[in-house]
Formats: sequence, structure tokens, C-alpha cells
Amino acid sequence: MNRTDWFPVLLSFRVAALSVVVIVALGLPLARILARRSFPGQDLLEALLTMPLVLPPTVVGFGLLLLVGKTGPVGRLLGMAGISLVFTWWAAVLAAVVVAFPLMYQSAKAAFKSVDVNLENAARTLGVGEVRIFWAVTMPLAWPGLLTGVVLSFARALGEFGATLMVAGNIPGRTQTAPLAIYYAVYAGDNGTATRLVLILTVISFLVIFLVNRWARRRNFL
Amino acid sequence: MLEVKIQKKLPFFTLDVELRLGNEILGLWGASGAGKTTLLQCLAGLQKPTGGFIRLAGRTLYSHAEGINVPPRRRQVGYVFQDYALFPHLTVKNNVLFALNGNKPGPNGPDPTALLDALGVGHLVDRYPGQISGGEKQRVALARALAVQPRLLLLDEPFSALDTATKAKAFEGLKILHEEWGIPFVLVSHDEEDVTALGDVIVTLEKGRIRSTTVRRQPGEDHPAGS
Repeated sequence: MNRTDWFPVLLSFRVAALSVVVIVALGLPLARILARRSFPGQDLLEALLTMPLVLPPTVVGFGLLLLVGKTGPVGRLLGMAGISLVFTWWAAVLAAVVVAFPLMYQSAKAAFKSVDVNLENAARTLGVGEVRIFWAVTMPLAWPGLLTGVVLSFARALGEFGATLMVAGNIPGRTQTAPLAIYYAVYAGDNGTATRLVLILTVISFLVIFLVNRWARRRNFL
Repeated sequence: MLEVKIQKKLPFFTLDVELRLGNEILGLWGASGAGKTTLLQCLAGLQKPTGGFIRLAGRTLYSHAEGINVPPRRRQVGYVFQDYALFPHLTVKNNVLFALNGNKPGPNGPDPTALLDALGVGHLVDRYPGQISGGEKQRVALARALAVQPRLLLLDEPFSALDTATKAKAFEGLKILHEEWGIPFVLVSHDEEDVTALGDVIVTLEKGRIRSTTVRRQPGEDHPAGS
């Protein structure tokens, strides 16, 4: 095992971890709001938020490229600020966030909806404020679903290939994540490298799922 | 003293109710969908009426004209929910204590565990709601609702999950509790028997309107024999 073997693995986990942080920060409040309220245009917003789940990743990647590329509307704004996003590992984070977001959003919305509204109402009549209700009633009851969302979006971000390739490229030592490295190793006939990467990814992924599940089961009441 | 005159527009009809209640038990009876739970939620502040006022013990809780709508956590209105809405992830004791953590009890406030003892469920403090019977849940829900020292107690279908024998005991328990607390109770049921067994005043609700009011006992009078 040398440095070039580890780089794609570390990059993949770094991208996936950072993506999950962003996804949770955006998805949790949004899911919470949309789970309990209705407003005009809600169906439209829901469809837009879920689109990246059903579209092929290359379509998402092409769309992102049009948006954040040097001539795209967002890309030009970033360019004026002296930032070039495309073909950096930040672009890989962006791709992973967009593609994995719907998994967190959908799980979190279902989790919040599964909390009986009367439990929150009961807490209100007991003189408790909304912040404490959220942390002491809603979150503990919704957390198995929230955890599912975190695990699913992390897994999706870790395995991201198509959209990442389009916006971050495949630059070894800079933007080459593990799925890309595996593909290009096989493509170049380097089955040894591919096998090592596959083993590392499989073992670590297994451990993550195994430990999260075990922790979840222990924390469960009854 | 509870004074209510509210309107609330609902999808299929308008809830339009006028009530005056001393420290008696009001039995509110009506078919499902008559607006009973909506009325309770308006009293508790969980839903906002579209007009009128709610006054409890001299305090305005809601007034359309004055633009007042006190949030539920400041109303001191106890609410026993249908199916009790006990927090499934908290023990019986913590369910009752939950009320007090957000709202510090006065030095003479009731000890919540004493409330559980008085209701005959003091031995269940360390159990979770999933581990106790329907009758026990009902009493825990009562203890929790009373822990905030309410000035009004609302009970939404409190007997629907109980079998006949448990129900008879629960009737007696509720009457004793009402005498001890001396506050108005509003009891909602789709079952006429529950309402006639307990109500000092019985109001029948139909499509959001009061169809009939029967006074069975004036304030200060004893319960009529056989009730």
C-alpha cells in the first residue's frame, strides 16, 4: 500500500463526510418545516428537491457544469470573486451534496411526520417552549429515521461517480475519488490497485454500517 | 369560571359555540366530526379561532377584537389527549416531570410523584408508557396534565381506550379529582354514557353548533343520587 492507493480513499471519505454535514444542515430544517406545514408551490419544491434522486448522475453533473462552469451563471459570479470551483475537490463535494441530498431529505421528512403531532401539542400544553420540544420530544422520536437518512446519504456520497466525474474531473492526487480510481485502474489493466481499493472501501463501509446499527440498537428504548 | 364565545371556520362547517361554565364538569357530547376536538384545541390554544373570545378565571386567553391569543404554554390549561399522548421515550416519572422543567413549580407546588401516588400509579414511576395498561396510562396522563396546576382541565375521549370495569373506576376517580381541584373540567366524548355519568352540564354538539344544553346540577349542589 502506498500513498497513491490511500489518497482516493481518504478523499472519498473527506468528500462524503463534508457532504453529509452540509446535507444535514440544509436537509434537517427543510424537512422539519415541510413535514408540518403546507403552502402554495410545495409540490413543485418537493419535486425539485427529489429530482437528483431519479435523474442519472451524469444529467445532474451536466446540469451542475452548466451552472458552476466558467461561463455558467454561478460560475461567473464565483469567477469574479476569484474562485474556480470546477475540477477541484470542492466540486466533488457539491456533486455529492446534490446527488445525496434527497435521501436525507426524504428520510428526515418521513421521520418528522412519524412523530405524533399530539405529543408535541401535549408538550405545548405543559408549558414547554418550542426549542425544548424540538430537542426533547421531536428529535428523540425521529432519530432512527434521521440516522437512516445520514447513513444513506453518506453511502450515496461515498459512491458518487457520474456527477463527480463531470464537475470535478479525474485528476489523480487532487480530485480522483475512490470510485473513479477503481474505474480507471481497471480501465488501465491495473487489477492489483483496483482490488486493494475495493477491499479498503468494502471493509470501511461495512464497519461504518455495522457500528452505526449497533449504536442505534443500543440507544433504542424498550 | 370559563366564558367562551368563539367561531372557527372548518372545511365543512363553522364551529360556533357559546359557553359559560363555573367549576363544574361540562360533558360535551357529539358524533365524531362534530367539532369537539377542535373546540378543545381552541381552548388550549393549539388552534386559533376565527372570531370571538375565551376568558378563564378573569383572564382573557383569546380575543379576536383585542388581538389577544395566549400561546398554549402560558394558558395553564391541562389537556388529557385522546390515547393520552404520553411521551413513549420517557418514563412515567419523567413524563410528569417534563411539565415542570419548562415551568418552575412554586414552593407550594404539588410534588408530581405525590400526584402519581394519589392517582394510584405511584408504583409505576420507572416504567415506560409502552409497559403499562390503558387505565394506568389514563391516570398518568391526568397526573401530567395536573402537574402544571391548571385552571381548566380538558379531557378528550378519556375513556375510549378502557374496558367497562376500568371505566367505572375511572368515572369515580375523575369525580373525586374534580372535587379536590375545584376547577372546571371539559370532558369530550362520542359516547353519551360517559357524558351523562359525569357531566354537571351536558352540551350536545352537532356540526359545530350547540343543539342542546342540559343542566343536571347547579354549582354547590351535590351529585344527584345514582349518577
